[in-house]
Amino acid sequence: MSNFPRGRTAIVGAATFGQGKAPGYEASDLAAIASAMALEDAGLSLADVDGLFFCHPTDTMGGLSFAQYLGIRPKVTDNNRTGGSAFQTYVEHAAYLLDAGAIDCALIAYGSNQATATGKLVSTVQPMRYEAPYRPLNPVSSYALAAARYMHQYGATREQLGAVALAARKWAMLNPEAFKRDALTMDDYLASRMVSDPLSVLDCCLVTDGAAAVVMTRADRARDLKRAPTKVLGAAAESHHREIGWLDDLTVTAAARSGARAYQRAGLTPADIDVVQVYDAFTINTILFLEDLGFCPKGEGARFVEDGRIAPGGALPVNTNGGGLSCCHPGMYGLFPIVEAVRQLRGEAGDRQVADASFAIAHGNGGVLSSQATVILGAAAT
Amino acid sequence: MDVTHPDAEFRAFLVAGRFMIQRSKSSGVHVFYPRAVAPGTGARDLEWVEASGRGVVYSTTVVRKKPPEPSYNVALIDLAEGPRMMSRVEGVEPAAVAIGMAVQARIVDRDGEPVVVFDTVEPAA
Repeated sequence: MSNFPRGRTAIVGAATFGQGKAPGYEASDLAAIASAMALEDAGLSLADVDGLFFCHPTDTMGGLSFAQYLGIRPKVTDNNRTGGSAFQTYVEHAAYLLDAGAIDCALIAYGSNQATATGKLVSTVQPMRYEAPYRPLNPVSSYALAAARYMHQYGATREQLGAVALAARKWAMLNPEAFKRDALTMDDYLASRMVSDPLSVLDCCLVTDGAAAVVMTRADRARDLKRAPTKVLGAAAESHHREIGWLDDLTVTAAARSGARAYQRAGLTPADIDVVQVYDAFTINTILFLEDLGFCPKGEGARFVEDGRIAPGGALPVNTNGGGLSCCHPGMYGLFPIVEAVRQLRGEAGDRQVADASFAIAHGNGGVLSSQATVILGAAAT
Repeated sequence: MDVTHPDAEFRAFLVAGRFMIQRSKSSGVHVFYPRAVAPGTGARDLEWVEASGRGVVYSTTVVRKKPPEPSYNVALIDLAEGPRMMSRVEGVEPAAVAIGMAVQARIVDRDGEPVVVFDTVEPAA
């Protein structure tokens, strides 16, 4: 039995800024602008924030730096660095802390200028001693090893990985904030340059700038704020390994366990979920996470994504902002699925709006399928 | 042989031409990479044992480089003793390395560092 405070906390403000290219800004500028926008969205101000949940792309003490930048003195500063899943974990921890009364207002934020600063993935990660001599092109090669194993075990094809890339692009074409909005065909996909077999350039997430922020309060306070609250119904995490060689079965991630706990805490099942956001650093991620989060059985994910099933108009809307593959990927992407889930549940997603969306899942992935964290959100009326 | 300084001892064995892994005396479970404490149990009873060097390719990729720089293989090898390690299968085209292939370890010198790589093993007649 879990004592997760189901529905007792809510996301009351959400914002993104600078998705794509945001020249002239430092990472903290971008995060600060998104934070100010999210607070404005909530009808709150920096003076209300007493819990800060933040990690900076390169500053490992970024939680302190960002509090200083904002001019706030948080009671709780969570600088967890489990990679791109950190933001789902922030939601989980903030829910407990808010419900316990330790804090009253949580700000969760992230920003990166990696694309305009360096043009490539920015990371503080040091090569691991027992991997480095073999020169894997990380993170791509680690995900490629998972994809190769999955294809071997389940007979999946490049075309099925391509279906994930095509669906993400079709959603991105409906999202004015998305970075890649030109049409993408299967021929384009199959002709794209191989990076680390079986993954090609179009299996890999974008390298962009971008920032996102959300604001959380207890649900009782949320009722009096500017926007309809998005209820935090369940959240759970599990870390499994750091390097890919220590994932027991390369076709099964810890999302199976973080997801199961999140559903249990929310009192929901996969069948209840109307819209799905998963961290698609690579095409194989979407397939593995759809399986591990219970939307199809293990080994059937590659067939599941065929024929536009996860694309606009398909049976299951997945990564409706265009995902890390086509919307944005500023190094750590985990907060963007949360913001997109909020927008869908508020009904403010414009051309890509999923009709009557009541329940959403926003799943984060960190490292090389290493750290998994799942958040389940409900619309105000749920 | 008891373990006191895992990384340094592992490397010293390689320099001496020996591929050693660890085994926990209490559980009998083999361990790679070298550690001071057994994973999962916390037992401080790891000892060095000679690896057979036999393994099977669990997964494989080709890191593609722009010619003339050669592309190369990166693989995960399941050792006969149980642990898995990242390595490289050499002596064949990188794309010819396949999941399920039997492989055998060999110690090579890479820029002055001893490194374990693998060769394919001819299937028994």
